[in-house]
Amino acid sequence: MYTGDPPYDFPEYKSTALRHPKHPLIAVGPERGGPALAHLRPGELSNDLTKDGPVGERITVGGRLLDSGGRPITDSLVEIWQANAAGRYRHKGDNWPAPLDPNFQGGGRTVTDGEGRYSFVTIKPGPYPWGNHPNAWRPAHIHFSVMGRAFDERLVTQMYFPGDPLFRDDPIFNSVRDPKLRELMISRFSMNASQENWALAYEFDIVVDRIPYE
Amino acid sequence: MSERKASTPSQTVGPFLAIGMPWEDGPVADRDGVRISGQVFDGAGEPIPDALVETWQPEPAAFARCATDGDGRWHVVVPRTPYVAVHVFARGLLRHLTTRICFEESTVPETVPVDRRDTLLPEETDDGYRFDIRIQAHPPDRETVFFDL
Repeated sequence: MYTGDPPYDFPEYKSTALRHPKHPLIAVGPERGGPALAHLRPGELSNDLTKDGPVGERITVGGRLLDSGGRPITDSLVEIWQANAAGRYRHKGDNWPAPLDPNFQGGGRTVTDGEGRYSFVTIKPGPYPWGNHPNAWRPAHIHFSVMGRAFDERLVTQMYFPGDPLFRDDPIFNSVRDPKLRELMISRFSMNASQENWALAYEFDIVVDRIPYE
Repeated sequence: MSERKASTPSQTVGPFLAIGMPWEDGPVADRDGVRISGQVFDGAGEPIPDALVETWQPEPAAFARCATDGDGRWHVVVPRTPYVAVHVFARGLLRHLTTRICFEESTVPETVPVDRRDTLLPEETDDGYRFDIRIQAHPPDRETVFFDL
């Protein structure tokens, strides 16, 4: 197991109570291979979530998909989903009464290039309340799903924004116990990559090995 | 190995994964394949309506994914191979879980205790196989075996 991952049983995040295995995980040999792009059927790809002109702060989010040696993982599917600028998801299960934006769907897909790079154009998602504990608010985040090179390297995570005052009280963010590893989920603001009169830029590299962290 | 980069930690898919992950023919990796269907249950014995099941087989290479419906039901249509590797994602799972659908009992890893092996064996049905995934035991139903990667 990658020791940097959060525990399955984390009482501060209430939904883990009935959704964690009580038996310890059982050792098994590595799975052979994993889905390459040719085995996936994601339909039309789009890395621009702003095509319909949503309300909000337009940003770019880009980075590299890497292994622990810093080598790029190329031709790999990256999928994201997020709330709109008001913190509302386009989903029937989201009943937070913030406005839905008719011009924002909230999902995107792209493929890493020859250097392992991906990029999205989107809007900055808003924070939103949830029922986990009194006055619980999720820090603004974008969900990321990556395939890695092998089925064992499959990773779904969340990208956060620098300096969010909601980090302190968020059990999902803090379920990663090592503060140094929590930092790996926070994007970096980049003035260099920001584009004049158009969009601010955030950078977020994703590393997918299962090699133990010391 | 000071240059080694630490891996990005996992976080839950949350309740709204349907916005970003499913795709139209995700469940069908091989039209002529075998249909496997089942439900995902929590520790109260309740079906989980916001889960996602992914399957992988290396030979022949086949990947399928299916979100659960309101009754926690999922299905895939995949080539018949000795076993199928499975990841399960859901709100409340801070990292996905990994299991195996073992068509042949010989593919159950030796590390699995004898009294839990049957949780990895699918049940034959009229239209294929049934494989339920129980994330946490809810007696008398036992917990599915999950693997450490």
